[in-house]
Amino acid sequence: MTMKLPYYPGCTLKTKAKNFESSALEVAKSLDIELIELPRWNCCGVVSSIVSDNLIEHLAPIRNLIRVQEMNEHGLVENENRLVALCSMCFNVLKRSNLRVKENPDDMQTINDFMYKEEDYEGKVEVIHLLEILRDMGFDKVKEKVKKDISSLTIAPYYGCMLLRPKSIAIDNTEDPKIEKDLMMALGARTVENPFRKMCCGGHQTVQDKYAVARNTHTIINGARKAGADMMITSCPLCAFNLDNRQKLVKEAHPEFEHMPVLYFTQVMALAFGIDEKYMGFEDNYIDPRPLLREKGLLKAVSHKE
Amino acid sequence: MSKIVKITKEAAEFLNKIEELSGEKITSCIQCGICSSSCPMVNEMDLMPSQIMSMTILGQKEEILESKSIWICASCFNCKVRCPRELDLAKVAEALRQVVLRTATDKININDIPEDEIMELPQIAIVAACRRLTN
Repeated sequence: MTMKLPYYPGCTLKTKAKNFESSALEVAKSLDIELIELPRWNCCGVVSSIVSDNLIEHLAPIRNLIRVQEMNEHGLVENENRLVALCSMCFNVLKRSNLRVKENPDDMQTINDFMYKEEDYEGKVEVIHLLEILRDMGFDKVKEKVKKDISSLTIAPYYGCMLLRPKSIAIDNTEDPKIEKDLMMALGARTVENPFRKMCCGGHQTVQDKYAVARNTHTIINGARKAGADMMITSCPLCAFNLDNRQKLVKEAHPEFEHMPVLYFTQVMALAFGIDEKYMGFEDNYIDPRPLLREKGLLKAVSHKE
Repeated sequence: MSKIVKITKEAAEFLNKIEELSGEKITSCIQCGICSSSCPMVNEMDLMPSQIMSMTILGQKEEILESKSIWICASCFNCKVRCPRELDLAKVAEALRQVVLRTATDKININDIPEDEIMELPQIAIVAACRRLTN
């Protein structure tokens, strides 16, 4: 039976990371999961309010959680309090705000009073990442859907910050995460451990000082390269931008630097599941992964939209 | 060479303000340095995270608020997960930024960024930068 789950896309999956959304939705479909977009969702705020006297920044995330209650009331989902996020930043912010009001009933009351036109948030929603859904259903179920042998790929998982820190929101061990590695191995890929897999890419510093971010990108990509990887995977569109697009600046500063494709984990899943290439959206990756995938015999000679 | 720092009333008020805004008991820092050794941006900083902690305790307001470091912290929480006193230095950095931002000061002006660069950036980068670096 199809598992129907409320799904929060967030702004970047509708714009710069369309390839993440399209590949994720198709992959989910293959696994009999229907991700139903939250009606009237709004921006989560991207970064969590972390000063003690600023409650208002938790309003936007909580309003999204009220939409999950409404989906249940309107019969769009049945008795389903899990809200699935794909973007690591949205996941982090939604989960932190949810925890804040669950642990502080006074804050919950203040927010509910402030949004008097909305129904009250009851504190029952659980914010969950797609990676957790896959782990909970069992990676062996993922393995059953594999149609293409991708054992020629050596992948370095990259976790970044927002899936792991702070500990209260972590989807895996903060210092020794394995969830992406286990998923890639279930798909049949080889994996290597990049010592910089949990290192911050620099996040929003890419706006203020792109060169500082490029220096982090250099360290992280070199770590993956030295570990023997052909490509990296991530679940964060901001990490993806910094690790993929900022390679341009790394190359300018270090002509000997070799580019490395950075994919969303769902793009690799789509590849292994034999899903139509148009859903993978490789044309939106800055470092085009298609030459590598063709070289490994994993893509046809002429691809979609090229 | 030792330096004598006089803790004035103003210095004590500054420490209280940052403790209140961050919700962190900054004086419990033991200066072990794991925050500085875990920080992915430390090479870009003028003051290391552990220095910011000790200088906040001593109330060295001007030196800290004029430092590059508080604007470079990207709130990755690596220091927080490793701090043996369970201090959240990302919250301390945010409190220090807020002291400046709440005087109607912006660290960045998004309009200064060339249009082609803005068009290239993912939305989450722009929103996050505006929230952390503007008032």
